[in-house]
Amino acid sequence: MLIRQNDDILPSEITPPEIYRERRRFMQGMGALAAGAALGGTPDAQAGARLAGVRASAYRLDEEKTPYKDVTRYNNFYEFGTGKSDPAENAASLKTRPWTVTVEGEVGKPGVYDIDTLLKLAPLEERVYRMRCVEGWSMVIPWVGFPLRELVRRAAPTGNARYVEFVTLHDAKQMPGQRARVLDWPYVEGLRMDEAMHPLTLLAVGLYGEVLPNQNGAPIRLVVPWKYGFKSAKSIVKIRFVEKQPLTAWMKAAPQEYGFYSNVNPQVDHPRWSQAKERRIGEFFKRDTLMFNGYVAQVAQLYSGMDLQKFF
Amino acid sequence: MWAVLRNPKAWLALLCLLPLLRLIVLGATDGLGANPIEFITRSTGTWTLTGLLLTLSVTPLRRLSGRADLLRYRRMLGLFSFFYAGLHFVTYVWLDQFFDPAAIAKDIVKRPFITVGFTAFVLLIPLAATSTHAMMRRLGRRWQQLHRLVYLIALLGVTHYLWLVKKDLTVPLIYGGVLALLLATRLPWGVNALKAARTVRAGLIPRE
Repeated sequence: MLIRQNDDILPSEITPPEIYRERRRFMQGMGALAAGAALGGTPDAQAGARLAGVRASAYRLDEEKTPYKDVTRYNNFYEFGTGKSDPAENAASLKTRPWTVTVEGEVGKPGVYDIDTLLKLAPLEERVYRMRCVEGWSMVIPWVGFPLRELVRRAAPTGNARYVEFVTLHDAKQMPGQRARVLDWPYVEGLRMDEAMHPLTLLAVGLYGEVLPNQNGAPIRLVVPWKYGFKSAKSIVKIRFVEKQPLTAWMKAAPQEYGFYSNVNPQVDHPRWSQAKERRIGEFFKRDTLMFNGYVAQVAQLYSGMDLQKFF
Repeated sequence: MWAVLRNPKAWLALLCLLPLLRLIVLGATDGLGANPIEFITRSTGTWTLTGLLLTLSVTPLRRLSGRADLLRYRRMLGLFSFFYAGLHFVTYVWLDQFFDPAAIAKDIVKRPFITVGFTAFVLLIPLAATSTHAMMRRLGRRWQQLHRLVYLIALLGVTHYLWLVKKDLTVPLIYGGVLALLLATRLPWGVNALKAARTVRAGLIPRE
């Protein structure tokens, strides 16, 4: 049988994938912009729109980034369902404008911040961080945001502020997963003050240089790269400075399985499964999980002298 | 050749291969998602459980319908459950642990959900091995005693699922509920209930 070679497409005419994906995303951004404008919303609030003025930062990794498709379609966000494709499927009902974040508690300057004010609070920078889920999989994600300490400083915490508590939006109309009582809503997370002030701790508003998609915790979320993913509260509406250690949603749900610290630690297993290894999304072989998710040099001193088996 | 098409068993076998076929098609078309190994592990695991529940539903269905010939399909359903359990186990050993005997041994001893899952799989082996007519004849009464192990296996399978889920127990509890119902039909009152239902049904629908 004769198979005719088809030579009429020159290699130079084939658009490289990076470029056509970029174009597609640009077109989607334009579409979203148009839709936003038509609805009377703020156009730059739409997921996928390019964030302006994002600086590169020293926080990058020599590891391959997880594709945008996987970061946005495979994650946990129980407010939209417990399956890992549920957030991408159900998060369209979340409205990220108008949005405010209340800062309260043991602070000299409490306040209600509009999300658009927060976006201009500090210069936005891109940070490529490892993300390790407590379930045993991991990603490398280029976030856009600013250090949480920028906001903490402005709030002027009092001497009594020893912990920071983060509260996610509680509205079952926008977050259909909250109709199921898998967790005691709203989702609450917390950090010790020194963890909150750590330069690695990020308030993220973007992903891959674009506005954060709803399913990844829009419009503003926490990213604490040396802790298991669930510590990084999403779609935050309240940041509260407190004296006592907050009771987090997962500590309430299963205290014997999830502690307050939840630092990534290959030597401390989850009671039901090992944490020694992880599957990096996109890779075939499992890789060893690193102490503090590879951020030992930056964060180990926060826990010097602590028994990490006890304070898991 | 065309006789195959008239054989309901051939159709059932084809039907039982669909979950595997689906995985192959999804695998070839980049459809297994961000974590393909987790997808395959989950899929083969849930199809093993589904297969076991279908196998266990043959007897109550037979009692309900009075159709003794349904028994002919039970062996195939049971063997397909074993087939998917084998795929599930191979996925774990090969794709998940990559033949690391030390890690696997540690997992089996230390992780209760793996312990019960592994036990269920091991217990399935003698059932599959004694599924032939010849073995049935050779074992006689003991065959039925041995094959009652399937109740324990199904319970271990559901427990395995319940213990591995992080928080949302809905789906494993559905499997557990169906299993409880199927086991209840084996108890004396369950058998009576099926008989009663059959009498009512026979009264309502005249037999041709």
